[in-house]
Amino acid sequence: MAVSARSLQLAVFAGLLAAAPLALPNDYYINILILCCFNALIVMGLNLLMGYAGQVSLGHAAFFGLAAYTTAFVTATAGLPVWAGVPAGIAVSALVAWLIAVPTLKLQGNYLAMATLGFGIIVSIVFNEAVNITGGPSGFVGIPRLKLLGYAFTSDTAYYYLAAGVLWLATLVSRRIIDSRTGRALRAIHVSEQAAQAMGVDIARHKRFVFVLSAVYAGVAGTLYAHHLTFVAPSSFGFNFSVQLITMVVLGGMASLWGAVAGAFFLTSLPEFLRVFEEMDILIYGAMLVACMMFMPSGLVGGLGKLAAWLKRKLTANPTPGQKPGQKPGLKADSRG
Amino acid sequence: MLFGAPQYLVSGLTVGATYGLTALGFTMIYNTTGIINFAQGEFVMLGGMLSVVLLKAGLPLPLAILAAVLCSALAGCLMERAVIRPVGRAAPVNLVIITIGVSILVRGVVMLIWGKDTFALPAFSGAKPLRFLEASVQPQSLWVLAITLLVLGALKLFFSRTIHGKAMLACACERKAAALMGISVERMAMFSFGMSGFLGAVGGAILTPITLTSYDVGVMLGLKGFAACILGGLGNPFGAAAGGLILGVLESFGAGFISSAYKDAFAFIVLLLLLFVKPTGLFGGPKSDRV
Amino acid sequence: MAELLPELLAVRGVSVRFGGVQALTEVDLTARAGDITSVIGPNGAGKTTLLGVINGAVTPLGGSVRLDGADLSGRPIFERAAAGVVRTFQNLEIFSNMTVLENVMTGGHLHAGYTLLDSLLRTPRFRREEKRLAALCREKLDFVGLAHKAHLPAADLPYGEQRLLEIARAIAVEPKLLLLDEPAAGMNNKETQQLGAIIRRIRGELSIGVVLVEHDMELVMDVSDRITVLNFGRILAEGTPREIQDNPEVVAAYLGED
Ligand SMILES: Nc1ncnc2c1ncn2[C@@H]1O[C@H](COP(=O)(O)OP(=O)(O)O)[C@@H](O)[C@H]1O
Ligand SMILES: [Mg+2]
Repeated sequence: MAVSARSLQLAVFAGLLAAAPLALPNDYYINILILCCFNALIVMGLNLLMGYAGQVSLGHAAFFGLAAYTTAFVTATAGLPVWAGVPAGIAVSALVAWLIAVPTLKLQGNYLAMATLGFGIIVSIVFNEAVNITGGPSGFVGIPRLKLLGYAFTSDTAYYYLAAGVLWLATLVSRRIIDSRTGRALRAIHVSEQAAQAMGVDIARHKRFVFVLSAVYAGVAGTLYAHHLTFVAPSSFGFNFSVQLITMVVLGGMASLWGAVAGAFFLTSLPEFLRVFEEMDILIYGAMLVACMMFMPSGLVGGLGKLAAWLKRKLTANPTPGQKPGQKPGLKADSRG
Repeated sequence: MLFGAPQYLVSGLTVGATYGLTALGFTMIYNTTGIINFAQGEFVMLGGMLSVVLLKAGLPLPLAILAAVLCSALAGCLMERAVIRPVGRAAPVNLVIITIGVSILVRGVVMLIWGKDTFALPAFSGAKPLRFLEASVQPQSLWVLAITLLVLGALKLFFSRTIHGKAMLACACERKAAALMGISVERMAMFSFGMSGFLGAVGGAILTPITLTSYDVGVMLGLKGFAACILGGLGNPFGAAAGGLILGVLESFGAGFISSAYKDAFAFIVLLLLLFVKPTGLFGGPKSDRV
Repeated sequence: MAELLPELLAVRGVSVRFGGVQALTEVDLTARAGDITSVIGPNGAGKTTLLGVINGAVTPLGGSVRLDGADLSGRPIFERAAAGVVRTFQNLEIFSNMTVLENVMTGGHLHAGYTLLDSLLRTPRFRREEKRLAALCREKLDFVGLAHKAHLPAADLPYGEQRLLEIARAIAVEPKLLLLDEPAAGMNNKETQQLGAIIRRIRGELSIGVVLVEHDMELVMDVSDRITVLNFGRILAEGTPREIQDNPEVVAAYLGED
């Protein structure tokens, strides 16, 4: 269905990613763009888990951090090359996710939220306290810059194109998973585990798969992050960051691929724009969260969709059936992306 | 080998009392509205910070605490009226994010006005430790425990004797039924936010003389309160209070006997293990899905 | 003649407790291939619980469930679906986040003959299989008369059609045995008649054995080959529709209910 429309979206996205640095001349902005790509990558995985499969994770920052610290340790402490550190980081994230997935994903609702939250906090405490390995609260310094196949990503623009390319690839992978039997199974689990199982879906396996996949996305982002900044500190991987990630998912629009990207880019760059308000930025950030959720509950993409529908109604003056009233957006929600 | 155990028990119970009061606040709101209020920890912070500020403004300590607690209760009501009620029955995640937004806002406002410093509050009745068994007990610990017990007792009476209390339990069981019985679910929701503001602030105010306070203490206290809630079985008020005390003691023993660096982790490790074994909490009944 | 048909489903001595409620006590149920076997009884009699025991959603205290002679006891729900037992739900469990066709294609989950790698690489096999599955599922929609609504959001269907969609989704699993839990609930007379015809065709054209839980007696008496009556979790009677209608105990149980 609409295969060409989906290819077109991906092509446009590639174009936008490629053109973005041209519109933003200085390195400061390029660095923000790079961070946007990292966050979008994590959020895209989290959205597969939360938006599509309906499983909340309040501890996703941990997977991002585990990968970052692992590659930092492998490359800086153990002195192995970067091409060994990156897969090791991703593998550790995936392995930890795989291990905790079985008991965790049996839980539902607030209990699942609590378990993932607890996991995230424990990991972040380890980052802070295992000073010998992580460098403790003051951080891990001296991580080498990324160098792959003899090419050193010294310029920020080169690094941006790497991050953007990875993000685009992740988008393609997500799209293809969503539009397959696996994607349907995940969406089915979101709405009714009973019905999904009755149709022959092994829900434990699918939940574990999507949990590990989301950890891999976060792991990829984590390793790229570490080799970009060459410095990591535990404060980047704590509860606050987990919450920010969730907010990006919900603000972008649950179960929407482009929502995840939009949410990540918007919320990552927002503080940069708010910087002009000096100390007030945190206030504005909080206020925007509340306001967006109050007035745009289906997220940026849902809000734009509604606006488009409204415009269309106005223009054609031909009433089209809108959303059914009383339909709740969000976890138990509809919306395809 | 159990050297120091009574000491750890006392300090665990003291901190645990605040976790318990925070957890109680979570439960109240959860029972009437189904929302997990991530701004709960900010009420605890407000209780401590406002007490400090009012004391500095010249109010005598008891009055400063009373006013701080009432202000926090008011903040709770205000929160319900301003951001929870207008969205009606939105999806749970959206509501959670709204409460997270509120917590960021509250923290931001407090930081802007009073800065990032750490503040202390004088103990209610002197700081000379009392000897009790092998433990040296700060008088403030006794205050904390006594006030917590008092609050719990009052709540117990409130739930069993007053129409509002019974209505709140009715709300918990069946919103629709409560509405049919003529209980205004909206008013109950506002009341529960006010109550949790009150409970959290009490916990914050009585603990501050021991642990100090600053604009950002609410985050961890809130999370521990949530953990206590789950530990006790979500939705069960006295389970939540007990969960808080247990959590406090576990943490204190873990810090004392195993490693103080990982003090904050113990609570969550125990919680995780418990969830994996008995997903409905220590005092929660079995849960079954109907199809 | 009925004696010649092989036993498709054999439930023997099943008991279920929910806390203090004894939902089923020593219940037997036999469904023969090519039969429509109905289970009736007042509300709370344990009918839904019995279907749950058969499809694995409810774990019984004791007893056994066999399909085509193979013991299903202790096997998880999804394995039983693969073995050939599928159910619909009394309180509709439509996938409200999908289109009508996607719902049915989820029912075809086990019949999509490609791997995750195929879907990532969009191999010819993936394309071929998705196309085949979509065509197959359209047929199932056609079977219940919903083909023209394939691309609507499932949540937008009226109630009666959502019930039909559940049936289409269930037969897309291509089961040996279909368990229907009050499929006529919320349907008007005309829809119920059409439903009766569909149930007959499921047995006749698709050769799927049917266990029907239903309150609409007209429908039950009309389509059933055998009927089992449950009351307070116990079997009250078993027999042909005629025998059941003439059974004084059954009549008493039903009259006693209202
Ligand atoms: N998940 C459950 N937890 C507790 N009690 C249940 C559950 N499911 C069913 N029951 C009880 O078991 C009995 C049988 O229910 P059910 O099988 O739904 O009856 P029916 O479908 O015949 O109306 C009822 O008393 C019902 O309240
Ligand atoms: Mg039933």
